[in-house]
Amino acid sequence: MMLVLDIAFGHLRKRKRQTVVSVLGVALGVGFFIAIAAMMQGFQQYFVKKIIDVSPHIVMKDEYRSAPQQPVERLYGDGAVSLAGVKPRNEPRGIKDGQATTAELARLPGVAAAPSLQGQIFLRYGSRDVSATLIGIEPERERRVTNIEGDLIAGRLDDLYTVANGIILGEGLADKVGARRGDTLSVVSPAGVALKMKVVGVLRSGITTVDNFIAYALLKKAQVLQDRPNVVNQIRLHLADVETAQDLARRIEARFGYRTEAWQETNQNVLGIFVIQNGIMYSTTGAILVVAAFGIFNIISTVVLEKTRDIAILKSIGLEERDIQAVFLLEGLLIGVLGAMLGWGAGFGLTELLGTVRFEIEGFVKSQGFYLSYSPTHYLIAAGVAVAAATFAAYLPARKAARLDPIAILRGAA
Amino acid sequence: MTDALVEARGVTRVLPGPVPVTLVRDIDLEIRAGEFIAVSGPSGSGKSSLLYLLGLLDEPSRGEIRLEGRPTAGLSRRERARLRLTRFGFVFQFHFLLPEFSVLDNVLIPMRKLGRRSDREMHRRGEEIVAELGLGDCLRKTPDRLSGGERQRAAIARALANDPLLVLADEPTGNLDTANARLVFGIFARLAAGGGRAVVTVTHDLGLAATASRRVNLIDGRLVPP
Repeated sequence: MMLVLDIAFGHLRKRKRQTVVSVLGVALGVGFFIAIAAMMQGFQQYFVKKIIDVSPHIVMKDEYRSAPQQPVERLYGDGAVSLAGVKPRNEPRGIKDGQATTAELARLPGVAAAPSLQGQIFLRYGSRDVSATLIGIEPERERRVTNIEGDLIAGRLDDLYTVANGIILGEGLADKVGARRGDTLSVVSPAGVALKMKVVGVLRSGITTVDNFIAYALLKKAQVLQDRPNVVNQIRLHLADVETAQDLARRIEARFGYRTEAWQETNQNVLGIFVIQNGIMYSTTGAILVVAAFGIFNIISTVVLEKTRDIAILKSIGLEERDIQAVFLLEGLLIGVLGAMLGWGAGFGLTELLGTVRFEIEGFVKSQGFYLSYSPTHYLIAAGVAVAAATFAAYLPARKAARLDPIAILRGAA
Repeated sequence: MTDALVEARGVTRVLPGPVPVTLVRDIDLEIRAGEFIAVSGPSGSGKSSLLYLLGLLDEPSRGEIRLEGRPTAGLSRRERARLRLTRFGFVFQFHFLLPEFSVLDNVLIPMRKLGRRSDREMHRRGEEIVAELGLGDCLRKTPDRLSGGERQRAAIARALANDPLLVLADEPTGNLDTANARLVFGIFARLAAGGGRAVVTVTHDLGLAATASRRVNLIDGRLVPP
């Protein structure tokens, strides 16, 4: 073994208790990082997977990103006279030629498209009134765009075809209104149209906003209910490659003019929260490692103080400054490596423990426990940061040790 | 050109500061192979400082130190460390053995740093030196399990690890009883008589100094006839 490594090992062995405390400090930081990262990334991955499974990857809406120019502005945009109080043309809402547009989008490679009409409704069952969003769909096309069929916990999607005025409710919505499959409830739209609709299915997507507020019916029924015959106000797209969503959404918006959102834009609030969450996680676990690094700085500074005479004799024997520096840097490195390895075990154990915890919670998603991600990247990042912090903590005392003047020490010891 | 191992010519060492302190002044000294030199003098007369200068741990403010006829002025710290490793062996009043290492491991430190021998060869040579100094039973013992005399002999063994030209000992018997002090001086005398190397030792004990082949006396940093 290298001489300097042997000396470093010797120092650490001699100060067993302090070494163990320092190693445990690093292990704690690494273990917590791994467990928290597993928990947070597990949840984020689950959420994104759910979003991708349950929701369409791209939604074209009957809206414009900025208000469309009025005819007079188009004609005289560069005119010398400014027109005030121009009354905007009242355009009917909805995507023009919705079905034809859907067919055109569906012809794009790797794209499935489904038209829908989305609007507010009131569900009335017994004495309960609950507001909800009704999405009118064509089941045949919808099942190619979302995972709605897989999320049904009661009934079948095709029951919308076979049962007159069928409606599928999210599980939370069904609970709120108190209706079960087979119950008939009154549905009233803001247009004043009322229909008796029969619950043909209940859906559990795991995403709270879907399960608590969304109902599905046939597109035709939704159009009748909203008094908007033949109108489609959303075209929902499913992509073979979800990573192309943003690029494709931009191209579709440029082609048709309607606001077209990729799943990342639709969920940017939540994804933004994830970024903040990750920042908090890295700061917290980073702080643990910084505290551990101070511990390492402390122990190695103490060793340097204790070993000044040894340093003097090693230098007089002929060891160079870089050898002395290497001894103490290696001590930090050894503490970092041992701590990281122990932390890997601790992190894995903690993650396993978190996996056994059971609880009911409704946030962005409905959950009965933690969603965990076992990523080797977490282990590598944690170990890398720990080893770097430990080595950096050892650097200052190591440099001080290397610069010690052996004569001054020997004179003092004589 | 002389055949001296180490030669000091007009060496003066002044510690700079608000009040400069002269440690040694105008030292002329030649050390030849086979010599066993005892340096004596009152406390603060510059004995240790002279040893540090001769062993290239310190640099003169004036004058020059020549090693095997070559000047040492202007050598880098690395080059001086290399020369200390290959040409000198140091023994101090306190043994300064690494407490975590066994006697053999302490003796192997200079050899391992030099890296000229195989592991097997280093161990064989280390065991040989330790046995020559009567510590054959203490090879695997750590310094805390040795007596004062044994520790100092282990320190001498470490100083001999790389077959130095010059062994420099700074009051090596200061912490030893008379019997052990005589034993250590006997070892030095044998080492010097053995051939191509010399020993320079600082001592307060005039009786021991008398056993050396040459005595030099330092007073107020100057060499004076004994």
